[in-house]
Amino acid sequence: MSPLASTAVDIARVQFATTTLYHFLFVPITLGLGPLVAVMQTLWHRTGDEAWLRLTRFFGTLFLINFAIGVATGLVQEFEFGMNWSVYSKFVGNVFGAPLAIEGLAAFFLESTFLGLWIFGWNRLSPRVHLATLWTAVVGTWLSAYFILVANSWMQHPVGYKIVNGEAQLTSVWALMSNGFALRAFVHTILAGLIFGSIIMLGICCWHFLRRHEVELFLRAAKVALIVAVPVTLLQLVVGNRFGAAVTSAQSMKIAASEAQWNTCEPCGFSLFQIGGFTKEDETPRFSITVPRLLSYMATGSFDGQVQGLNQLQQQEQRQFGRGNYMPYVEVIYWSMRVMAYMGMLMFLVAVLGAWLFWKRKLETARWFAWTAMVAISFPFIAASSGWILTEMGRQPWIVQGLLLTSKANSPNVSTTWLGISLGVFVALYLVLGIVDFVLMRRYARPDRPLPREELPAPVVIY
Amino acid sequence: MNLQIFWFCLIAVLWGGYFVLEGFDFGVGMLLPFVPRDESERNAMFESIGPVWDGNEVWLVTAGGATFAAFPAWYGTMFSGFYLAFLLILFLLIVRVVSFEWRQKSDDPRWRRVWMWANAGGSAGIALIWGIGLSNLLYGVPINSDGDYAGTFWDLFSGYTILGGIAFVLVFAFHGASYLTLRTTGDLCRRAETAARRLAIPAVVVGAGYLIWTVAAAVDRNDKDVFPPVLPAAIAIAAFAAAALLAFAGRSAIAFTLSAVGTLSLVATLFTSLYPRVMVSSPDFANSLTVSGAASAHYTLKVMSVVALIFVPLILLYQSWTYYVFRARVTGEEVQSPAEVLARPPSGSPAS
Repeated sequence: MSPLASTAVDIARVQFATTTLYHFLFVPITLGLGPLVAVMQTLWHRTGDEAWLRLTRFFGTLFLINFAIGVATGLVQEFEFGMNWSVYSKFVGNVFGAPLAIEGLAAFFLESTFLGLWIFGWNRLSPRVHLATLWTAVVGTWLSAYFILVANSWMQHPVGYKIVNGEAQLTSVWALMSNGFALRAFVHTILAGLIFGSIIMLGICCWHFLRRHEVELFLRAAKVALIVAVPVTLLQLVVGNRFGAAVTSAQSMKIAASEAQWNTCEPCGFSLFQIGGFTKEDETPRFSITVPRLLSYMATGSFDGQVQGLNQLQQQEQRQFGRGNYMPYVEVIYWSMRVMAYMGMLMFLVAVLGAWLFWKRKLETARWFAWTAMVAISFPFIAASSGWILTEMGRQPWIVQGLLLTSKANSPNVSTTWLGISLGVFVALYLVLGIVDFVLMRRYARPDRPLPREELPAPVVIY
Repeated sequence: MNLQIFWFCLIAVLWGGYFVLEGFDFGVGMLLPFVPRDESERNAMFESIGPVWDGNEVWLVTAGGATFAAFPAWYGTMFSGFYLAFLLILFLLIVRVVSFEWRQKSDDPRWRRVWMWANAGGSAGIALIWGIGLSNLLYGVPINSDGDYAGTFWDLFSGYTILGGIAFVLVFAFHGASYLTLRTTGDLCRRAETAARRLAIPAVVVGAGYLIWTVAAAVDRNDKDVFPPVLPAAIAIAAFAAAALLAFAGRSAIAFTLSAVGTLSLVATLFTSLYPRVMVSSPDFANSLTVSGAASAHYTLKVMSVVALIFVPLILLYQSWTYYVFRARVTGEEVQSPAEVLARPPSGSPAS
């Protein structure tokens, strides 16, 4: 694969990768910051303490800025299937379309409508109902994540279908909805969202500590962030690992590629770092650091487990599907897996350090940690993007694992010119959106902006 | 009832819901450069649709998702075929989404004017393209024997489809003006009434022309009889005409209701004219996509029907509740950008 994409499929892939990765920068913020803001509003509701209300409004603002962009870029995703991948759409619509349509009916309406009520309902709804609108919107965002992951997981691990006249048809909606792959992906994604929310919150709190701005107030928020971040980052390491085991059974090739494991091994060591060893011509790394037996454990749950190699899997798939190259881009898969995992561990360390400092009552004064936590805001973004690169590029050359090749799934009547133009339009538009989002986030998060001391928004009848 | 027909109707309902609800959002947007006299009136117009436009747009998202699930072949051919049109719609939709949020971010009049025009242009452009695009489903586009679009971007333009685009713009502008008369007060409300009166006749004339041509196109290009398409078309024309008369009589509430009925009937006319096809092929009529040919298998439709029967009533219920909560007329004194509403103290308390 050349980085200068030239064919229609290549451009369509670059476009899908760009728009999806971009979309997923905003989605997990919504998934994670939503419940955190809801918790703070609940605390205000329960205690009547004005500080929680101010924090609700402060972080709620950041939540909304991202929600708007998540909605706008999500629409592009939905249209893109039909616009660029019409063969795919016709092949999978029976199965894949269902969770997408259900997502609209069950989740999108819920989140958009109730978020509108929450934003504009401060003076029009009773405090209790107003709080409920936010929780309802949060439920909507989580449901939406579930349905879209059901759809994606079917591409990774197709279940509950049969092929009729060259089209996939649904045979069991329960199999589709309870796909083990989807349930694991859902837990993994929700945890990722909570990591986004809590790590971003922690970083912003630390920014305020650094400037000695409203320290008391932001210590409370930091406490909430840490209470979430410590267990969630730890849990994510465990869940991520178990998710890997599920991938092993559904997509052996993806795991073999993510380990640059050319030949079947038993037991297998885990390569922490290596130079070279990423192509068929160069199977043995020039340098590597390996932990014995760890890969066997991670992939199979047993320290003696067997992990199949790329070469053996390639032969097997050739026998099954005919001649062709069934290996993904090994070097990218290897590194995306590691970047994701190492970022996950780093975030756990940051969270634990933060909790320890908080316990020692030094969180608000430790300048080195404040800087660390601010840098760590970038970690969840890097980890999540790597995770999706691993998931999607690791499935190649398939668009639906074992059923449809990516190279045969694009719209036959859409030329490279149109694809190039639309790619250009999205890149330009998204760049502008990204810059303005960053500027807005910074502006509303910055420590020198006085936080309004407000009167409690008792339900006033204004009209 | 056959599930394929049920889903064809449900998709018509989703489009109908989208155009009735987002129709007045578009209309309010289009009137932004013309109706308000000052910034506070422009604020009021933004405020009148602020809490609801996002929920309204989900009708489109769901119409798209439902088409994908229930008629994959229709979805694939239409979205890849009308490529540039859909790209433009996405572009304008995003610009419009952003205009709601960012207009408020600075008091610089030039900045505000840019985003006001972005919203206005986006609203008019999206309405125009939807009118052209959906009219093409009936008027016919080149489709090859594989069921793929075989034309170019320019094949989407004909007298009929362009009239469709203009009709959508005028009807939504009138619909939006009627909406404003219900949601605003004072001078702004009076000027919205004037706008509704000025738009009434063009909207009725062009709308009626489009509806009549639609029935003719159904007969001419889609092998239909005059009946049944003429029935919803007649209802639509009657509703628009009555809405126009009532706008002159100053009965805004009924005028708005009737323009909503007219919009729904307009969508119904289009879909009735289409049935039993979903995309007419021209010149090779035999390559047209049909309801039964494009539909998903029975099991998928059955599952989705259960889901739709549970959720559509729920959606109608809670969206109606939203309109009830925000029924009060707007004055333009409240800040209406979502982030600002949260970042600033609520109205009634002193600003810091």
